[in-house]
Amino acid sequence: MSRKKTAEEYQKTFAFRFFRWLSGEKDPYIGKVEMQPQKEYQPDQEAALRHEKEHDAIMDKVYDTEHNKWLYRFHRLYQATSILFCLFLIALLLVTISYLPPNGTVTRPVNNEVAERYIEKGLEETGAVNIVAGMILDYRAFDTLGESHVLFVATITVLILLRLNKTEKDEAEVSDRRFEPKNDAILQLVATFLVPVIIIFGIYIILNGHLGPGGGFSGGAVIGAGLVLYLNAFGFKKTERFFTEKTYKWVCFFSLSFYCLAKSYSFYTGANKLHSVIPKGTPGAILSSGLILPLNIAVGLVVACTIYAFYAMFRKGGF
Amino acid sequence: MTAFQIILMGLLIICAVSVSFSKNLLNSILIYMSFSLVMSMLWICLESPDLAITEAAVGAGITSVLFFVTLKKIHAIDASEPEKEEEKENE
Repeated sequence: MSRKKTAEEYQKTFAFRFFRWLSGEKDPYIGKVEMQPQKEYQPDQEAALRHEKEHDAIMDKVYDTEHNKWLYRFHRLYQATSILFCLFLIALLLVTISYLPPNGTVTRPVNNEVAERYIEKGLEETGAVNIVAGMILDYRAFDTLGESHVLFVATITVLILLRLNKTEKDEAEVSDRRFEPKNDAILQLVATFLVPVIIIFGIYIILNGHLGPGGGFSGGAVIGAGLVLYLNAFGFKKTERFFTEKTYKWVCFFSLSFYCLAKSYSFYTGANKLHSVIPKGTPGAILSSGLILPLNIAVGLVVACTIYAFYAMFRKGGF
Repeated sequence: MTAFQIILMGLLIICAVSVSFSKNLLNSILIYMSFSLVMSMLWICLESPDLAITEAAVGAGITSVLFFVTLKKIHAIDASEPEKEEEKENE
């Protein structure tokens, strides 16, 4: 039994609004989403032509092979040499591979004592259930320290290449936002639900690095991705409340120096056969495996900050 | 090696070849993203979940986002036809 509603009553229902939206009578986002009128990209024809002419003139002058016999010979030699070099490289790699021990023999590097020791004594010596974490943050922690520094140096290099001063930065932000809505309601709603989940998942990966798959690098990358999503949805004003250049500087400084000091201590005690005061804990517990958990946190912080910094610098040349 | 892994390997090769043969740069990045996702599935098949997480987060997420931003900065992302893009590249 259906009861007929009056027109006034019907206009209040969800169905009425839904069908109005479906037929395109009313767009709920008009007036709420800030949007700049889009212009078609107009290339500057004159400048392009001039540039092309200059380029051709330079090319004609530099590669004037008709009047320059030596240049002609050099080009021919260059091509022949490059082909020969490629063939030589291919042959060299194939010959090298043919010297590798065949699959499944006893003498394979896979079967030597290093991997055996990692697998047999890894849990006992590092206290980490996840052998990979024990390897990269205990046996080979020095390599991981180098990796963190490589990331830091990469950020500094990008900063040198892409940094802009204050007025240029504002211009860059304006031009960056030209063709997209500023307060996209859909993106903001999705980000409100997704960003906390993504960041909590990243923290889980970092804190569980010694118990299961994951660790500082992957967890930090996940947190960085969450921050990038937040930045895209809400803009630089909102992220600058908790993340500025200063934050990046201090977080990286403290993480890297903590990593350095902690590992120096364990190298010192290990090399001099001293007893280390850091407890190993019971394997499987969250507070176990000695230094691996704090080192994971340090690496994760550096990676998350670096990824966010990369993105911010690509977008507007600064934080 | 199971049939699933062989299918994934085939997808990997298809992705890798089509990245270099795609005319549109935006499509190239999207294919590269799918390459990373397939690769992360393969890592799980090869019993290395650590690498799978890193590959999914860095390869499919961060790298592609940085590529997108770079393409946007150099005005390479455009819904126009490939012919027009070639003209723009020549300028």
